[in-house]
Amino acid sequence: MSRTELARGALSAEGDSAEGDSARGDSAQGDPAADDDRAVAISVSGLSKNYGNHAAVRDLSFTVRRGEVFGLLGPNGAGKTTTVEILEGYRAPDAGTVRVLGVDPTLDGPELRSRIGVMLQEGGLYPGLRPLEMLELFAAYYPDPDDPKRLLELVGLGERNTTTARRLSGGEAQRLSLALALVGRPELLFLDEPTAGMDPHARAATWDLIRDLREVGATVVLTTHGMDEAEQLCDRLAIVDHGDLVALGSPKSSRSRHVRTRSASRHAPVSTRSLWPDGSGCRVKG
Amino acid sequence: MSEPVEFLVPGVLSLAVMATAMVSLGINTGYERHYGVLKRLGVTPLSRTGLLSAKTLQVLVIEFVQSLLLVLTGWALGWQLTPRIIPALVVLLVGTVAFAGIGLLLAGTLRAEVNLAVSNGLFLVLLFLGGMAYPLDRLPGALEMIAHVLPSAALAETVRGVLDPAVAFPYADAVVLLMWAVAAPVMAVRWFRWEE
Repeated sequence: MSRTELARGALSAEGDSAEGDSARGDSAQGDPAADDDRAVAISVSGLSKNYGNHAAVRDLSFTVRRGEVFGLLGPNGAGKTTTVEILEGYRAPDAGTVRVLGVDPTLDGPELRSRIGVMLQEGGLYPGLRPLEMLELFAAYYPDPDDPKRLLELVGLGERNTTTARRLSGGEAQRLSLALALVGRPELLFLDEPTAGMDPHARAATWDLIRDLREVGATVVLTTHGMDEAEQLCDRLAIVDHGDLVALGSPKSSRSRHVRTRSASRHAPVSTRSLWPDGSGCRVKG
Repeated sequence: MSEPVEFLVPGVLSLAVMATAMVSLGINTGYERHYGVLKRLGVTPLSRTGLLSAKTLQVLVIEFVQSLLLVLTGWALGWQLTPRIIPALVVLLVGTVAFAGIGLLLAGTLRAEVNLAVSNGLFLVLLFLGGMAYPLDRLPGALEMIAHVLPSAALAETVRGVLDPAVAFPYADAVVLLMWAVAAPVMAVRWFRWEE
């Protein structure tokens, strides 16, 4: 079985590839059907969230179409994780409207959470459980779960099931988290810094896996602070900084005509570079 | 309260409830929070009700086995097993609510390692001042007064009062226990944080 076939099996039938292809790419940019509920996976309008008097997210608006890989790019503390947690229904927004797969995540959390897969930035594993035990436990929470053994192979941990999660390396733990995000055959995947802590080899393998998921029509929202990761993986990108949307559009400079910016002079590829004058946000490509 | 076993059975039943509902549940939940497991479970279809039901069931199963062993051991040592055990089990359930509330309050507000130390420390204090292994009326006067507002003494004395026909029903202790059973879970719900 090819890797793409493995990835295809990891998704529910609803995210099928024909729909995915039509919703992706330049042709969809001006597509009137883009606002159709079936073509839109996520719509966010005027989203704000404060922690005390610190504004984590300010007046954020964007749309994620079904079948696209959408990136939230920004430095640490930009509000990426907060945004994703609101979309997952884990946190309630202070202002704004959010629709995810046609439902309100705050009100319809339980229904929504059987249709999404989530990879946290860190943690979330029982240290005393072996990878397969962890996957089998989580499979029990979903109505139509994937095969845990197959997923373990898919993320390259088939040989590591002799050990407990406590003894996995950072990158291995992240791969197990990715498998856990896939175990419910989600229509929509949230990956919060999916390659953080991975060595170059594991990062390249994870990028391949995300590309495979994209090939089979997965809708993916991922956060990253690496411009290279965003360019490699994302169809479209929202760049956030200090809770504000800085730019929205395609990550490729060749597509910069589609970039819609708040201040007309700022285009995505340029403004993202300027977020990290020392280049620290960029990572060496594996 | 002629025989030591008449004093010890209700005390140790209460002690078992405190250990399971407060210390074991609290430390487990505190570490689940520390490891990010609670947050991870929060984004699965498992509902909060589902999680809470599982934890309740876990505590009740352990308490059932503990109570069974303790009652049989007491009976083997000459303790009189009477139908009064039924209301005593009801009181132990009320105590479970109170101690689970305290355990989860600590688990949801303190760092895992601090919670570990505080839960164990509190367990020892409540054990000593709880009339469980050491009779309250042998404590110095001030300590005895403090002990009577603590949940451990309230539970042990109420269980003892229900089990022993020679003891008058301890209304004051029962009221203190009920107050803990309401206040502790309310505080836990109010202040519990899913993430450290």
